[in-house]
Amino acid sequence: MLNKKQKNHNPLSHLDWLEAEAIHILREVAGQCSNPVLLFSGGKDSLCILRLAEKAFRPGRFPFPLMHIDTGHNYQEVIDFRDQRAAELGERLIVRNVEDSMKRGTVVLKTSDEPRNKHQSVTLLEAIEEFGFDCCIGGARRDEEKARAKERIMSFRDEFGQWDPKNQRPELWSLYNARSHKGENIRAFPISNWTEMDVWQYIERENLQLPSIYFAHNRDIIMRGGAMMPANVKLADGEVINQPKAGEIVTNMQVRFRTVGDITCTAPVLSDADNVSKIVLETATTTITERGATRLDDQTSDASMEQRKKEGYF
Amino acid sequence: MTCGSVDDGKSTLIGRLLFDTKTILADTLTQISNTSKKRGMEAVDLSLLTDGLQAEREQGITIDVAYRYFSTGTRKYIIADAPGHEQYTRNMVTAASTANLAIILIDARRGVLTQTRRHSYLAHLVGIQHIVVAVNKMDLMNYDQAVYDKICADYLVFAKEIGLAQARDIRFIPMSALNGDMLVDRLENMPWYTGETLLEMLEDAPAADEEQNAEFRFPVQFVCRPHASADADLHDFRGFMGRIESGDIAVGDAVTVLPNGYQSKVKAIQIGDAQLKSAQTEQSVTILLEDEIDTSRGDMIVKTGSKIEPVKQIEAFVCWLSETPMSPARTYVIRHTTRESKAKIASIAYKVDVNTLEQQPATELKMNDIARINFKLAQPLMVDSYTQNRAIGAFIVIDESTNNTVGAGMIV
Ligand SMILES: Nc1nc2c(ncn2[C@@H]2O[C@H](COP(=O)(O)OP(=O)(O)OP(=O)(O)O)[C@@H](O)[C@H]2O)c(=O)[nH]1
Ligand SMILES: [Mg+2]
Repeated sequence: MLNKKQKNHNPLSHLDWLEAEAIHILREVAGQCSNPVLLFSGGKDSLCILRLAEKAFRPGRFPFPLMHIDTGHNYQEVIDFRDQRAAELGERLIVRNVEDSMKRGTVVLKTSDEPRNKHQSVTLLEAIEEFGFDCCIGGARRDEEKARAKERIMSFRDEFGQWDPKNQRPELWSLYNARSHKGENIRAFPISNWTEMDVWQYIERENLQLPSIYFAHNRDIIMRGGAMMPANVKLADGEVINQPKAGEIVTNMQVRFRTVGDITCTAPVLSDADNVSKIVLETATTTITERGATRLDDQTSDASMEQRKKEGYF
Repeated sequence: MTCGSVDDGKSTLIGRLLFDTKTILADTLTQISNTSKKRGMEAVDLSLLTDGLQAEREQGITIDVAYRYFSTGTRKYIIADAPGHEQYTRNMVTAASTANLAIILIDARRGVLTQTRRHSYLAHLVGIQHIVVAVNKMDLMNYDQAVYDKICADYLVFAKEIGLAQARDIRFIPMSALNGDMLVDRLENMPWYTGETLLEMLEDAPAADEEQNAEFRFPVQFVCRPHASADADLHDFRGFMGRIESGDIAVGDAVTVLPNGYQSKVKAIQIGDAQLKSAQTEQSVTILLEDEIDTSRGDMIVKTGSKIEPVKQIEAFVCWLSETPMSPARTYVIRHTTRESKAKIASIAYKVDVNTLEQQPATELKMNDIARINFKLAQPLMVDSYTQNRAIGAFIVIDESTNNTVGAGMIV
């Protein structure tokens, strides 16, 4: 029998606690869902989740494939990194393209240079149907955005992929309910309780490799809509996007990305942080939120994230 | 977490706390001050920091829990802003189930209300250890000490009746969330109050430790059998993956796997490829046993000799969370740790009236009702009482027709 008076515990450090919670959530998904998938973009949050999945399931294989919904407007470095990481892990990577949805006519752009981020929802829902996934694991964090701050760790979506923020399932203790009927879907967010700072500290502690655009580098920049936009970015197929329009001036600046996403709506920040520990320091002293200065798709209206999530976005 | 009645100032308090601890970054502040202006307000409405949904902003109320994060240098905090409206009590219960400390707000003009009582009762029921009763909006009562003293006295009477005052650490504080009195800074309006500020109380409250002395409980979440792997060493690998819900474990310890009762010893403990000699509460680990034992998700590993047995009948307090009433004629699913069982209601002992604390007979449960219920189970569960061990004494009730979580249970 355990001696009840015995006290030889040190409380877990904050990072250890967050890690343990995330592993627990990943294993609940594996235990409760019959066909889950891990959404993997090559970005910092999903790279943390890959490490967490290694800790959760090795020496076994992951009980889910990885999937990326590619807008076609992603940095080549990130795409290469994505493929390399999946190969190193020996896990299956599924890629589905927004451009294929455009060809099918299920995604219709208003203008050819409209950001495609929000259209990922359509392609995602098509892929969920194609593979019959009952749960998508995502790297969203509650500190990113005010609608996300409201979301459950296991978040229920109806058969149209819709989130109903006014009527979420109660989520008690760590007794997660990932049940769904056929056609419905669960979105699971293992790092819900992590902040941007926690992510960077975890990357530092675990010595995780990241795509180079997260670190300070020189890049041609134009100012557009009040934000710095990377200019003349060459895609894999040779197409060059974000070309300067008349009157826009190209300046070479030292920048890094705090989040990676569609090139047409993700802005970098000025920075000379060229390694992880410098980024940790910068994150501690920044006066701007992660998506604040960098995600133009969040800024179209006060509730654009909520709106996108209601329509099936992660 | 913050709780209390409608419009007591919970969201404003959190906003103020974030603002005064300099957690709010410039762009967020610009955003909410623009939104405040658009809504015709003179000052920045800090409740917009947590009331992030369109519907919440339109109505000026909180509907669902918002989670916010801040750190003080000494500590990192997760704050949950719960809604005060009775209709959204289930969301308050969601927030309460994981909280270590509850700030219960009371509007100084209105004193202790039904919803204050309900939230206090629920906070007590789910076992939140530390309670801070914050008498808010003191600015509207001329910062009058007599008002504060009266409310504290009223609250204590009620807290004693429900057993909260005896079992928990309760503190009182007067404040104005709008002005910022007694949150981070004391300001000059209430020199008669010499106790700690809210932030000081938070910094002083011990972190979650109540389960540290409980016995070892390890519900198996997932079994790792990489037999198909090319690596021959892994051919016989059989790892039991899960989180230690309470107690601790070391390599060499004798263990029993329930419900079957197989016995073995701990051969290894791992997190990823790191080998540990021992592990403790809240760690997610993989445990390897000396013997080949048939074990799967839903089983529980305990130390041999531990007093816990599979049972097919449980008695529990249940808080009903669904608009569809609980019907004793129906079969529900109970999820307890990593295990599920079909359950039938054997009897409802009584329902608790949160206002009078009277026990009333009941034949069904409506939303927000709290009752003591006997369940018959199809599958055995391994349970502790909730007061002894939160993780092993808690369960949720699921309605299979919708898959919704409809009840929260705490085993007596
Ligand atoms: N004068 C004064 N007004 C306050 C104070 N705290 C909050 N208020 C106001 O009270 C109203 C309600 O505040 P909220 O913070 O939204 O209240 P709440 O408790 O979060 O409300 P629900 O979440 O909907 O239950 C707002 O108009 C606030 O500005 C205070 O200390 N003094
Ligand atoms: Mg509120």
